Amino acid sequence: MRRWIEANAWTLGLAVLLAVLLLATKVIQPGFGATGLDSLARAALPFALATVGMAVVVIAGGIDLSVAAMMAVASVTGAVLMAGAGDGQALLAVIAVLALGIAMGTVNGVLIVVTRVPDIVVTLAMLFVWQGVALLILNAPGGGAAPWLRAMSAGGVALPGLPQGLTDWLPRGVVFLAVVTALIWVPIRRSKLGLRLYAIGSDPLAAFRSGVPVGQTRIAAYAICGLFAALGGLSVTMSTGIGEPIPGPYLLASVAAVVLGGVVLGGGRGGILGPILAVFILRTVRMDLTMLSVDPNVAAIIEGTIMVAVVMFGAILATRGRKA
Amino acid sequence: MPDSADAVLDAKGVAKRFGAVQALRDASLQVGRGQVVALMGANGAGKSTFVKILTGVLRPDSGHVKIKGRESTVASPAGARAWGLVPVYQEPSLIPDLSVADNLRLGDTAMEPFRHWVAELGLPDLQPDAMIRSLPLASLRIVDLARALAMEPDVLLLDELTAALPTDLVARVLKVVRAQADAGRSVIYVSHRFTEIAAICDRATVLRDGLTVGDLAIEPGIEERIVEMMLGGAVAAAVTEARPGRPVASGTPRLRVRGLRTGTRLTDVSFDLHKGEVLGVVALEGQGQDELFNVLAGNRRASAGTVEVDGRPKAFSHPADAIAAGLTLVPGDRAHALLMSRSVRENIAVPLIARIRNWGAVPMREEAAKVATAVETLQIDTRAQGEVRRLSGGNQQKVTIARWIANGVQTLLLFDPTRGIDIRTKRQIYALVRDLADQGAAVLFYTSELAEIRLACDRAVVIFNGRVVDVIDAAEADESTLMRAAYGLSERAPA
Repeated sequence: MRRWIEANAWTLGLAVLLAVLLLATKVIQPGFGATGLDSLARAALPFALATVGMAVVVIAGGIDLSVAAMMAVASVTGAVLMAGAGDGQALLAVIAVLALGIAMGTVNGVLIVVTRVPDIVVTLAMLFVWQGVALLILNAPGGGAAPWLRAMSAGGVALPGLPQGLTDWLPRGVVFLAVVTALIWVPIRRSKLGLRLYAIGSDPLAAFRSGVPVGQTRIAAYAICGLFAALGGLSVTMSTGIGEPIPGPYLLASVAAVVLGGVVLGGGRGGILGPILAVFILRTVRMDLTMLSVDPNVAAIIEGTIMVAVVMFGAILATRGRKA
Repeated sequence: MPDSADAVLDAKGVAKRFGAVQALRDASLQVGRGQVVALMGANGAGKSTFVKILTGVLRPDSGHVKIKGRESTVASPAGARAWGLVPVYQEPSLIPDLSVADNLRLGDTAMEPFRHWVAELGLPDLQPDAMIRSLPLASLRIVDLARALAMEPDVLLLDELTAALPTDLVARVLKVVRAQADAGRSVIYVSHRFTEIAAICDRATVLRDGLTVGDLAIEPGIEERIVEMMLGGAVAAAVTEARPGRPVASGTPRLRVRGLRTGTRLTDVSFDLHKGEVLGVVALEGQGQDELFNVLAGNRRASAGTVEVDGRPKAFSHPADAIAAGLTLVPGDRAHALLMSRSVRENIAVPLIARIRNWGAVPMREEAAKVATAVETLQIDTRAQGEVRRLSGGNQQKVTIARWIANGVQTLLLFDPTRGIDIRTKRQIYALVRDLADQGAAVLFYTSELAEIRLACDRAVVIFNGRVVDVIDAAEADESTLMRAAYGLSERAPA
């Protein structure tokens, strides 16, 4: 138990921080309730999915700058395919978009492994490529989304046997995120692929000598990132009902959340839950600052300061812990 | 030499070129069933390249490798394993951020045989859920070896396995390796240590300049012949020749250390180091010598005690302070000291530039002249002009020393400068250290090889458990005296 707490201290700390922030929100805005939580979850969903994808790549020792551009491609592809389509056709469209995400990620990974050009260069180039592709598909926001898909991220989750007053407090956005992430990540983490992702991030040479197929594992990491980017793009379409060819500020936000979430840039250390909590922390901070009607420019400065301060504080705690 | 036909591993005519450097010209190696074969060679002889080719990391330009009679198509370490060849490399091939158990899972190694071998090798208390990152280097080597043994290989390739292992673990490791051969397996043992080779090897294959120059049966007195083979035409002076000790200088010492303490390992160390003196430091692994050198080099602060340089008390809060006081460290890990992807010249010139000019253009001609002198003094092999990381380990080590020589050194702190280096380079380093001392430098010389104390030092302080337990003159510093002192068994009163 003690060991478990030590191993997950950072994640637990983030959870406590998020709880404190939500309480602070309630103090700032006494009217904050189930509806506020729901809109927070809906706003955070694309950020969280982009962050999970980024976290996987960073754990494997890489970085993917094209994550937001891939989200845009997924968003417009989904919106174009679903515009005016029936339910069954929309389901096919969703599957096609997810496959497209995996394909885009695989292209990134293969380019990095085969050309041996640094990941930061390849994915920066691909950022422009995917961006162009998204605008070719749809040069202005448009398209549509199936109603059942739109319903997946809005409102509370009805659980049989529980009063609606309670289930309203469990936003569908959070449940969607938890289910999707658990369905994809948990099996990977438990399998050999999970070990390999951490292994190539931690020490690629030792991994190679231990018999890990380093190139294939790296491609897999980018493919997983592509899959989450596709989910993130779909979640944009889900909440707005249209496709957005120009992506939001998901790229930098995802890197920020990954770092704040305890994943070491450079690879090998960290998990998925921490970055997700970090996304909600960053969104909650932004929401609180808006509620306090702080100048948006000042708010950006405050957000940046909080990030540096938290990571620095964590590093100080870690060195203290080692000396003790 | 066994007949090639029955050899478990048979490599012939292996050649490999990297750009302008012909690393291997015609290397061969035959290993029979149940044999331990030493693979020896001076640094730069092509040993590392040969090992990489045998284990599939590199492909040879020509020649062939046969394993159990079949032409090897090994293309990676994992592929080598499928053929029954398991390597244990110099740096442990373990993932720092995974636990011991996860590392085994990663390579599909069974837990039970691993536990058996870990216990056999002297670490019965190892926790399978311990993070690799949290284990000391010696334990990592044992874990790496136990993992290899658990795979039950036909051929085990051990590359400088015992470097950095404490003596008690070395004895256990050697016993286990010999037992493997006696059970019918084969072992390729890459090492510089004659005592170990004499203890467990059946034969020795000697490489020089990319060429297999000899394949000898191990018998008493074979060391000199092997040394001759490794040196080639060069004169093989007696390895054990002792230097006459010099009287201890009086007057103000260059470096006076009193009651130095830091962390948990270094508790109370005092000594004087005089101008023109080479003072050896003898200690088992982890007795506080790392901390001592780090404090003296300004990498770490002392919690108690004083350091005086030329009679003036000093406290270093940054390596630049120590360098300004004339104290320069040559670290044990070459990778910490060098700019690996820069040229030999730039590496030697870096501290020089720091001294010549703070601002403005670097005086290229002066730099070039000083660097050329240093390169020549040290006989650095500059065939690989471009990047330091392409040089062999011994040549890299010479570059780390050369940079301080070009600078004109006052007090040199050498931390195990000859680890993993061939005998010829070692002798060059001893001679160099001696020359520096004769020119008035003071040298503090930590070494993990006890025999070096007589060869390179005037006196030696022995540190055990963070304290100086003995001071021994070079003339009396035979290995058994030093060993007893290092284990804290010395009956002599501490100085």
